[in-house]
Amino acid sequence: MRLKLLAAAAATLMTVAPAMAELVIPALNYRTGAYAISGIPFADGFSDYMTLLNDRDGGIGGEKINVMECETAYNTEKGVECYEQTKGQGALLYIPQSTGITYQLIPKASADGIPVWSVAYGRTSAVNGKVFKWVFNLPVTYWDGASVAVKYAMSEEGGSLKGKKIALLYHNSAYGKEPIRTLEKLSEKHGFELLQIAVDSPGQEQKSQWLQIRRERPDYVLFWGWGVMNQVAVQEAANIRFPMDKFIGVWWSGSEGDVLPAGAGANGYKALAFNGTGTDYPTLQAIKEQVIDAGKNAGDGTKWGEVGYNRGVYSAAVVAEAIRGAQAKTGKSAITPSDMRDAMEALDISADRFTELGLKGMGGAIKLSCAVHSAPRQAAVQQWDASAKAWSLITDFMDPDFDVIDPLIEEDSMAYAKENNITPRDCKM
Amino acid sequence: MPEQLLFAMEVTLNGLMSGVLYSLVALGFVLIFKASGVFNYAQGVMALFSALTLVGIMEGQVPFGHMINAIFGTEIHHFGWHVPAVAAILLTMVVMVALAWAVNHFIMRHLVNQEPIILFMATIGLAYFMEGFGDLMWGADIKNLNVGLPQGLNSFIDETTFNALGYGFFIDNLDIVASVVAALLVIALVIFAQYTKQGRAMRAVADDHQAALSVGISLNFIWVMVWSVAGFVALVAGIMWGSKSGVQFSLSLIALKALPVLMLGGFTSIPGAIVGGLIIGVGEKLFEFAIGPMIGGATENWFAYVLALLFLVFRPQGLFGDKIIERV
Repeated sequence: MRLKLLAAAAATLMTVAPAMAELVIPALNYRTGAYAISGIPFADGFSDYMTLLNDRDGGIGGEKINVMECETAYNTEKGVECYEQTKGQGALLYIPQSTGITYQLIPKASADGIPVWSVAYGRTSAVNGKVFKWVFNLPVTYWDGASVAVKYAMSEEGGSLKGKKIALLYHNSAYGKEPIRTLEKLSEKHGFELLQIAVDSPGQEQKSQWLQIRRERPDYVLFWGWGVMNQVAVQEAANIRFPMDKFIGVWWSGSEGDVLPAGAGANGYKALAFNGTGTDYPTLQAIKEQVIDAGKNAGDGTKWGEVGYNRGVYSAAVVAEAIRGAQAKTGKSAITPSDMRDAMEALDISADRFTELGLKGMGGAIKLSCAVHSAPRQAAVQQWDASAKAWSLITDFMDPDFDVIDPLIEEDSMAYAKENNITPRDCKM
Repeated sequence: MPEQLLFAMEVTLNGLMSGVLYSLVALGFVLIFKASGVFNYAQGVMALFSALTLVGIMEGQVPFGHMINAIFGTEIHHFGWHVPAVAAILLTMVVMVALAWAVNHFIMRHLVNQEPIILFMATIGLAYFMEGFGDLMWGADIKNLNVGLPQGLNSFIDETTFNALGYGFFIDNLDIVASVVAALLVIALVIFAQYTKQGRAMRAVADDHQAALSVGISLNFIWVMVWSVAGFVALVAGIMWGSKSGVQFSLSLIALKALPVLMLGGFTSIPGAIVGGLIIGVGEKLFEFAIGPMIGGATENWFAYVLALLFLVFRPQGLFGDKIIERV
């Protein structure tokens, strides 16, 4: 009898316990809480792409991918808990999905020897791989974004911003303040006036700020918002009849959920983007047919093709490519976090390779190195069509002003190295 | 007229309008505190929950759809109908009354005569439960709320002030509607509390639970009634705020805007919630306008509390609150 019970218990455990895949990617998702509207599309896109690889290709190099979801609710403490829970289960790489969690994981993951990829958020100066050996922040940083936004405004103004006024409406936090230094430098260089307007978190009440914008009449408003601040800002801009085509958000202020509540008033609003929009990609079509229509999707399937969903697919494709690189270099299918780090550092995804992956034009070509942990550092501008309820890219992916930004990155990363007693690596080896 | 003075006048008007929106949230706190001595931490979540329910009903969304689909492998999301706004508001009120009954039945009646801190802690638990329950019931997506309220610049005020003063004032149509609704709500609540049998019973319960019971007042009925009215106020606040930003989970954070209003106006006064809201609204907007640019801006959140604390120094019970004297 006891034997039967033990056998039954063992059988139950075997049924309940997740299959131990050899390519473990913890997903620190936030499907609940105040920021779930941003977290759900990314989580769905990331998981659905990996499901496609598992089902269609049998995983990567014969190994199944295990996307180990852990809910953070965008809470830094919960994110760290997720890290602690999952790091011992073969985690190859962490995508923290939050600047707060990224900052917590930088020292922890570096000590544990697990690479961290903050996808266009986190610490900008992590671009410098000589200092941040275990951290990657491709494909673009906030400083690059600020520069691309100014470059775009300049092109709209016939090549000069001299005498123009640009307002920065920003979330009053470390994230929101990120572009200030870059914009100050650019205002000196191009002769425009920079008006800084802060909004306290969460940003449900922005009447004062928009009255100020109405009084000051800036030529452009650049926008570094997050969460409910995005929807309120778009609505308030529509309320004061600010020309929406002169209102440009960062990529975290440019998803469907940010503009839909304002209805027709949001038409023409622009935002920076580091990934392509829409569903016109062979891989997205494959996901629709083989994952969503087959009922194997991670969410409810309604986010397919949204900006955040595509961002998740793009990120998953990059991770998969790094895994392939690690397997090719080491000659083994079951890789370690250290192999993964080396592969991230050697990442080389050309435009042709993106096409082979069924994601032609989803992002700019990526080529990383020991010293450079972010590439291509490009952003495009996307615009919202309220009647079609769709974003579309209206520019190519553009380079930032490297001459202005790279010295700032060097300065900030070296200051970090000094504070933390880090000897920068010699990347000539 | 000097330009700065015109700007200040515009800021003041908008501050008054914002203050009304803060008051709408504060009213719900006051009602429950007046009737039961409970500081209802869940008031903000009630606004969220009511707005989620309203949109869900209007859009014909299947409650608990995600859970049902996950368990049974179905793909049911919508019933396929759309309910008109007025009917949806009435149906949402039915849900809020049911919620009030549930709160009383499962929480409040078990805590009669407990320390206020116990009751407060119970509402913290309720807030977290309702947030999760709302997520499970309606999903975490942002939802558009359109009950037909006008939004955007009021052209009449803009043109009139421009013709008279040479500068057109910005006033949001939604704020004007909110002000009218809030005024009607306050008048109705004051009449209810002062001149109806149930209103007087509510005040008696607030004074002393056991004394009210001894004269035959049904504590259960009064609490269900008060939580229902607070649910209605939460629904109104949810509609106003949800129309601006869409219905999303950060809507519950509007409670943060009500706290300084309560500190200033008093926890037991309905007119106090209104006057407090107006003072906070105007005060924070004028401070942001005059001082904000000199100190980096984003002063509104903290200045509202500073203003409330300044008032507390001189009137600890708030402007209109009851003075509590305990003799030993």
